[in-house]
Amino acid sequence: MIKIKKLIHDYLRRDEEGNVQETVRAVDGVDMTVKPGEFIVILGHNGCGKSTLAKHLNALLNPTEGEVWVDGMNTADESKIWDIRQRAGMVFQNPDNQIIAQVVEEDVGFGPENMGVEPAEIWERVEESLKSLNMYEFRKKSPNRLSGGQKQRVCIAGVIAMHPKCIIMDEPTAMLDPSGRKEVIRAARGLNHVEGITVILITHYMEEAIYADRIFVMDQGKVVMSGSPHEVFGRVEELQSLKLDVPQVTLLAHELRKKGLGIRPDILTKEELAEALLGAAGSGH
Amino acid sequence: MFKDITLGQYYQTDSLLHRLDPRIKLTGTLVFIISLFIANSFTGYLIAAVFLITMIRLSNVPFSYIIRGMRAILFILFITMAFNLFLTPGEVLVKFGIFKITREGVYFAARMAIRLIFLIIGSSLMTLTTTPTQLTDAMEALMNPLRRFHVPVHEIAMMMSIALRFIPILMEETDKIMKAQMARGADFESRNLIKKVRSLIPILVPLFVSAFRRANDLAMAMEARCYRGGEGRTKMKPLVYRKRDRIAQLILLLFFAATIGIRAAGHWFPVI
Repeated sequence: MIKIKKLIHDYLRRDEEGNVQETVRAVDGVDMTVKPGEFIVILGHNGCGKSTLAKHLNALLNPTEGEVWVDGMNTADESKIWDIRQRAGMVFQNPDNQIIAQVVEEDVGFGPENMGVEPAEIWERVEESLKSLNMYEFRKKSPNRLSGGQKQRVCIAGVIAMHPKCIIMDEPTAMLDPSGRKEVIRAARGLNHVEGITVILITHYMEEAIYADRIFVMDQGKVVMSGSPHEVFGRVEELQSLKLDVPQVTLLAHELRKKGLGIRPDILTKEELAEALLGAAGSGH
Repeated sequence: MFKDITLGQYYQTDSLLHRLDPRIKLTGTLVFIISLFIANSFTGYLIAAVFLITMIRLSNVPFSYIIRGMRAILFILFITMAFNLFLTPGEVLVKFGIFKITREGVYFAARMAIRLIFLIIGSSLMTLTTTPTQLTDAMEALMNPLRRFHVPVHEIAMMMSIALRFIPILMEETDKIMKAQMARGADFESRNLIKKVRSLIPILVPLFVSAFRRANDLAMAMEARCYRGGEGRTKMKPLVYRKRDRIAQLILLLFFAATIGIRAAGHWFPVI
């Protein structure tokens, strides 16, 4: 679905005459392959290059070096740019700055309108995508009247209406309250499970990463860790050295292990911890 | 801050006027305004009044709601009337001190008041019955011939609808910034005009910075959703001209013809 080969991206900072003052390497030699239907999470603290990486997947940015392939199309190919943007939809951080129209249904229809879809089909697509995000009852409302989580779901519906194969979400939950965050993550997982859409979620909330098929951890433009949630979160100290938190349950399990309790290192959920503790108690520790 | 201004706000209900094509409503309003300035006799105003009252009845918007919107312009109305009343030279009717009311003054003031009131009720009736989206759609459609002269019609319409969408967001933001500055001791209550203007700077600067940031984000989000200008774009809610719109067009034409007719009649037979 997505293939990234040795991607490098430099931001150029120019002075007033337009001469290049300095270059900042935001993405530094990233290789990544995403299979159709996967749920990928990219983790990293601020300024690690994860947003820059995301913008390459939608051809909003072009590589300085290396290649990005989306569904068999090279993002450097100007003629394919609109196809790429239709296949790989993108959701951004601030829902207010993504909603164009003053009525929910019109905003969801914006993407298909741009693609030149016939009006009757636009209505079908709007209805089906709003329903799949449980926002159908709000279709006539003004986006200003919705909560943050609802607004973000409208944004996702707007992307779904374009019938993408893949959705890239660039910190969609960063501006939301905890309940809004849950709404959005549940919606993203639903789309992945039910509709089989590839999801690439960029976040710095560890709790959102435990549902991923694979996690990539980025630091200073490089992928420094990758693997399943169990593999990644098992390396608590390494994550902490990257200034990343681990889920609270994992941290608790880690501290317990350090104190000599014989439980496994890759515990992610409360249920797993309870099971492990029962096991440990049963074996006489 | 602007809560009690009902002028120009959309009034949600169902009526014939609401269902009418926005293009005919927009041209209708223009024709109505032009005809107010063509009419110069009270017979002409009477026809305009009949037309306006019929439209109000057809719109299902309560009359009291429209009148409430008028309060905002009451002040301007009085000033204009006073100027006309006292400053028109002519045959003196009443005189007290340096003020004198002339026959011509009364006539001009009354005419000005009628024109202003009709003009504002007429144009607010359009915004009361038309959503901003429909209005921008109509403008885009009506300005379409200008594309031949390289006027960026689609872009103008898009800009207008985005501006409308961001008004409440930026208002909220202004409120937030004001509170943040107040928390740091900024004084917005001062009656001193210079101080008042100066206190706006710490509001406007952050507001502009954030508006530009939002514009940047929005442009990127639009691009990500395949926006590439008006070319090859379809409409989710295309404007369709129906039978009722044709009938409205006919009525409008008759009204306009009547106004011109009465003006011409007044010109040829000044007795009327």
